[in-house]
Amino acid sequence: MAKTESTFKNMVLSLTLISLGASACLGFVYQMTKEPIAFSVLNKKLTAIKQVVPEFNNNPSEEMYRLPTGEGDSLEIYPAKKDDVIVGYAISTYTKIGFGGNVSLIAGFKPDGTIINISVLEQKETPGLGAKMTEPAFKDQFKDKNPAEFFMKVKKDGGPVDAITAATISSRAFCDAVQRAYNTLQKGGLK
Amino acid sequence: MNQLQNFTKGFFKENPILVLVLGTCPTLATTTSSLNGMGMGIATTFVLIGSNVVISLLSNVIPDKVRIPAFVVIIASFVTIVDLVMQAYVPALYETLGIFIPLIVVNCIVLGRAEAFASKNSILSSFIDGLGMGLGYTMALGIIGAFREIVGSGTIFGHKFIQGDGILVFILAPGAFWALGYLIALINRIKEPK
Repeated sequence: MAKTESTFKNMVLSLTLISLGASACLGFVYQMTKEPIAFSVLNKKLTAIKQVVPEFNNNPSEEMYRLPTGEGDSLEIYPAKKDDVIVGYAISTYTKIGFGGNVSLIAGFKPDGTIINISVLEQKETPGLGAKMTEPAFKDQFKDKNPAEFFMKVKKDGGPVDAITAATISSRAFCDAVQRAYNTLQKGGLK
Repeated sequence: MNQLQNFTKGFFKENPILVLVLGTCPTLATTTSSLNGMGMGIATTFVLIGSNVVISLLSNVIPDKVRIPAFVVIIASFVTIVDLVMQAYVPALYETLGIFIPLIVVNCIVLGRAEAFASKNSILSSFIDGLGMGLGYTMALGIIGAFREIVGSGTIFGHKFIQGDGILVFILAPGAFWALGYLIALINRIKEPK
């Protein structure tokens, strides 16, 4: 077949046809992957919730509600219930003062405000330094502590938190996020 | 050039990273571990094969003056497909690679092969070219990733084999430049011994 000439009509026609074909393919793939994507997003959140609250048998994603932080936005609260009794709250919280930008984590609180566990959802801290905030060596020190008497401050700032070596900023950011979750939960009234 | 040479040139003679030095931006950014590097390589391989085949199929239909926009539309479609599929079935890898998956569109290897090879050759040769180039790219990314992972964090494929930290700088950006630089130097030494 001879090469198509670069006339105006040919150019418009070929580009239109290629774009049409491409968009048809993409529409098809989008339809195919829509459900698995929604499922994997949901699954990720549920896995994180399971890590930070005790065993539950309700569906926390369905009972999710929002509480204002008092800083102009709101946090997602996932109540975990066992046989209709609240066993804990998983709070999806964030901080803006991370070394590499925003850090988002999910913190689990007992109904009395004691921290159960914390799981980092997303962080861009320096690998090998600030990124160690995801490791138990750092985050396990918050377990079973109540922010009412365990102030969320690193030792450098006069608090009880052992900062990660050479990553004070990341450690501060971590405390900031947990504190935000705690404050929000307190202000919203523990139900 | 027979098909075997056509296939193997991507690994050594014309390796896209180590010899042509194309697409170094995702190379430096995604090779923090061998698995990340290879994941990126495989995603790029898929796009290369797909775009090479479609472009060589359509090369006679596309008028010369609009060939670049046409190629970009085709490449971008394949990249979006990879993006959606990875998001659906390998969400963990998708998150680590993040922005570099959509950025395969502007990876010069893909457009380079389309322009330099696929638009002038048969479908079969283009397919083999895409496969060879893609696997060569994956291999280079895997080697750099493995090196940085072993030296930088003391793990291989996520399994820890030493206590404590590695040489952290190899996980950070400067380590990527060093690893790539030394690897290219080594390849040059092998190719042209004094």
